[in-house]
Amino acid sequence: VLSAETRLRTLLVGGLAGDAAAYRAFLGDLTRHLRGYLRKRIPQLSSDVEDLVQEILLAVHNARHTYRTDEPLTAWVHAIARYKLMDFFRARARRESLHDPLDDHADLFAISDDEPSNARRDIGKLLDHLPEKQRLPIVHVKLQGLSVAETAQLTGLSESAVKVGVHRGLKALAARVRSVV
Amino acid sequence: MKTDDLIELLATGVVPVDRNASRHRLGIGLSLAGLGSLLMMMWKFGVRPDIASVIPTPLFWATLAFPLCMAAGALLVTARLARPGAGVGLGWPALAAPVAAVWLAGIGVVATAAPADRLPLILGSSWQVCPFHILLLALPAFVAIFWAVKGLAPTRLRFAGAAAGLLAGAVGTLAYCFRCPESSVAFWGIWYLLGMILSSLAGAVLGPALLRW
Repeated sequence: VLSAETRLRTLLVGGLAGDAAAYRAFLGDLTRHLRGYLRKRIPQLSSDVEDLVQEILLAVHNARHTYRTDEPLTAWVHAIARYKLMDFFRARARRESLHDPLDDHADLFAISDDEPSNARRDIGKLLDHLPEKQRLPIVHVKLQGLSVAETAQLTGLSESAVKVGVHRGLKALAARVRSVV
Repeated sequence: MKTDDLIELLATGVVPVDRNASRHRLGIGLSLAGLGSLLMMMWKFGVRPDIASVIPTPLFWATLAFPLCMAAGALLVTARLARPGAGVGLGWPALAAPVAAVWLAGIGVVATAAPADRLPLILGSSWQVCPFHILLLALPAFVAIFWAVKGLAPTRLRFAGAAAGLLAGAVGTLAYCFRCPESSVAFWGIWYLLGMILSSLAGAVLGPALLRW
């Protein structure tokens, strides 16, 4: 555990300084830890694990400015993961109080552990619903890998509008993810 | 979108993050809170007419000291609870100390006063309205502080809301000190504190709804 903490923290600190490769490695490692954590926590809801992993990744990304490098990373990540998991339980309880439970006996044979778990909610589709001034910066900067300057030229937005668009767009995306649990 | 693609999306084009972003945000929120409460005080009540003569007196500064210490303690707790996974640490004693000090002083003042003076020391002339005036002045501070806290990813929303509400209440009380004619420490310990507690309760009730992210 100690070495994972150190490794992840080093990668995140690199990511916070703008090192994309370190940040990618951090998110990749984190994903594996989150999957393990969630599969243990909600074994009966395994089909929700990947959705939750994605939601937590997005939350971690949007909250990354609140991490202080002198604090334990485990506690910080765990607080976010737990928060999103509680949110998920609440939404689920609300949903099930309105409808019949989602699972019935026909689901029994559909469950198989070898099946690679897929996210049921498509973040890519949710992205399409964002307003243009948020969607375009995300598509160009985050999906196509263009620079902020290139995106500004392409879209006619100012460079700061592109940066703000990415920032706000990812927050709006997280809000949409939350409401489509 | 597969998780690997999401990771790719999040990592592509990352920009360096301002390491002081959370401090800045709280600082901005707190400045707006103070400004908002002061303006509300001037608009709704007006500064007390004898302000020029009371500012040089130690009593006036003693009045300010209590909400100021409460604000400092509440800020400490709020700053911790506003971020994921940070323990409250020294926040509780920082909040308990000013309350204890004011209560000890208040009890001392009331106990040593002549029996006929005791009730006026506790009730002053404005006890019915004081907590509600504080609540009104806390309102703009409440909005500003909740805005700041929401942007910092709190994960214990009810506690974070209570702390943010208490901070707003302390800022509101601070503004109210420029209006309030009361000069008894026993009065502050009850009615100022009640105003702050009401604000904190409002924060605890509204926290889960307002701070969700």
